[in-house]
Amino acid sequence: MRLSLKSLRSWEGLLLVILIAVVALNIALSPVYLGVGNFINLFQLSIEKIIVALIMAFVIINGEIDLSVASVMGFAACVVAVVHENNALPFAAAVALALVVGALAGLVQGYFVAHMGLPSLAVTLAGLIGFRGMARMLVEDRSIGDFPEWFNALGQKPLLGPIPLALLIFVGMAVIAVIVLQSAAFGRYVTVIGNNADVARYSGIDVKRVKLSLFVLSGLVAALAGVLLAARLGAVRASTGEGFELDIITMVLLGGVSIFGGSGSLVGVGLSILIILNMRNGLGLANVEANTQTGIIGALLILSVLVPNLVNGLRRARVGRAGHT
Amino acid sequence: METLRRVLRPEQIRELSLALIIFVAVAFFSTQIENYLSGRFFVRVSTSVAITIVLATAQTLVILTRNIDLSIGSIVGVAAYVTGQVLGANPELSPLAAITVALIIGAGLGLINGLLVAYGRVPAIIVTLGTLAIYRTWLIDYAGAKTITADSLPQWLVDLPRLNLFSSGELDIRGLFVLAVVIAVLIQLALNYLPWGRRLYAIGSNPEAARMAGLPAPRLVVSAYAICGALAGLAGFMFLARFGTITVTAGQGLELQAVAAAVVGGVSTAGGSGTLLGALLGAVLIDTLNQSLTRMPGVSEFWRDALLGLLILVAVATDYVLMQRLRRLWIVDQLKARAAPTPAPEEHHAP
Repeated sequence: MRLSLKSLRSWEGLLLVILIAVVALNIALSPVYLGVGNFINLFQLSIEKIIVALIMAFVIINGEIDLSVASVMGFAACVVAVVHENNALPFAAAVALALVVGALAGLVQGYFVAHMGLPSLAVTLAGLIGFRGMARMLVEDRSIGDFPEWFNALGQKPLLGPIPLALLIFVGMAVIAVIVLQSAAFGRYVTVIGNNADVARYSGIDVKRVKLSLFVLSGLVAALAGVLLAARLGAVRASTGEGFELDIITMVLLGGVSIFGGSGSLVGVGLSILIILNMRNGLGLANVEANTQTGIIGALLILSVLVPNLVNGLRRARVGRAGHT
Repeated sequence: METLRRVLRPEQIRELSLALIIFVAVAFFSTQIENYLSGRFFVRVSTSVAITIVLATAQTLVILTRNIDLSIGSIVGVAAYVTGQVLGANPELSPLAAITVALIIGAGLGLINGLLVAYGRVPAIIVTLGTLAIYRTWLIDYAGAKTITADSLPQWLVDLPRLNLFSSGELDIRGLFVLAVVIAVLIQLALNYLPWGRRLYAIGSNPEAARMAGLPAPRLVVSAYAICGALAGLAGFMFLARFGTITVTAGQGLELQAVAAAVVGGVSTAGGSGTLLGALLGAVLIDTLNQSLTRMPGVSEFWRDALLGLLILVAVATDYVLMQRLRRLWIVDQLKARAAPTPAPEEHHAP
């Protein structure tokens, strides 16, 4: 009893317990779960979301939020598609253009947040609507596919052994993200600003620059994820990636990152990503519909904050009573 | 200008400028679109804006307490579907009873949000992101693949959106539009003059001070969420009446529209500041643009969202910059006005 309460106190401990339970359940329920193919598949189906979740963790730890990521993903994918459709540039240049467009989208929003001091919730809400609108301006109600063979292969076929490109990118980015957040000065700045932006400013941190770079990075990574999504799906519509922001934010918050900024670890985010992917996979193998999976993950999101709160409240009440007698 | 600045609070100047923007937009569109200033167009905008006003009012109540409700789109969907189903099974139900059903469904779902936020101490954005998914999932599971269709609904409900309260020539004032405006006005009056309303502003603008002053913050937050949910339920009823056909995706994305209307209307997402008149004007501006852009020659309907996003950004940015300047000027003016009649006391006591 004492042990379980102690591990509950650390968020990662709780997530680890949940993850082990989910994996154990999956192994018990499905014979195909423990295969390399299923494991790659489990990542591949949400790979774009988890790539964006890494940078979203930084943005939220910094005390901001970026609701526009899914729209930037769709916008970038549409840029690639439209340039390809009109044969305006070589395909690789179209991909580069889409990444630049994503970074610019982040730059504009970051300017309003960092330099003008507007709330990121409002700015990126405008971005969510606006960039999706720009995707719609480009692609209208068409569906554009017919990409070069190599592009589709990068999205759909394994690149290194059984591992596809997107998964390699994710692993590489995750390693960089952990190092930056734990050990690099930039990572410290991100956390300190999220804790208290005024204190950070007085200690000589260039708050505006850190915030601006985070939004540019967020736009860039979202654009990259959008291009990867286009490659995996093989076709692009104006609605590509719509609604992904909720899943991405859920992954980060379930990972124990505080919505108010200043605290959170990438280990927690990694565990929460694994939980969500394994749950979806397991529920899918158990023939639970995708819709119900979404509801279950929504409930998990709330419970993950509610249960520790209640446990802490009970413990405090008990300690309080013990102190009086 | 000096006196004008002293009489008007900065918030009122903001509302006036929003009204001016709406006026300019309408004037602009009337030069671009044939037959724009017609009764028919007014009817079209007012029909769609009625729902947005109710939702913007609902969202504003919660945002005032420094929280947010992202689940109202799902609440609209659940309320519309279930009320439609109840009416389909009991066509003899009176209109008042049908509205009550929608209100109770909405208030119940809002209550769940409020309890989790206030007593579970779970951040609002986490709770309502979760319930956004949960309420919608429940609806999809519950409905199977069935759709509510207009021919299963009683005739009075199908006719309700076209019910005029008042009509002269081509100009019709729809009952639902008037209902939405009346609700916004009544709740604004409650916010201004009831202790409950003042306390909502208080806990939003400084939760710590409000707690020290002994305000029952959790109960107030729960009440804001419950009323927000009830209004979303009412919006669901209006949605059902307007469209007649309700699928499981009904109301999806309306939460963003409501937040957008509130934010454009000057309601601060940091809580404690903003009025329902502002939110109402924000809703009118957004819907007017939405409806006008679809009819604008040379502007494809695919441009609408891009322009809407740009509008929200411009509105929030200019609002923020203007408000800071105005508020500073206003405070200086107030201090001057107060200081002017009595000379500084130090001079009298100087030896």
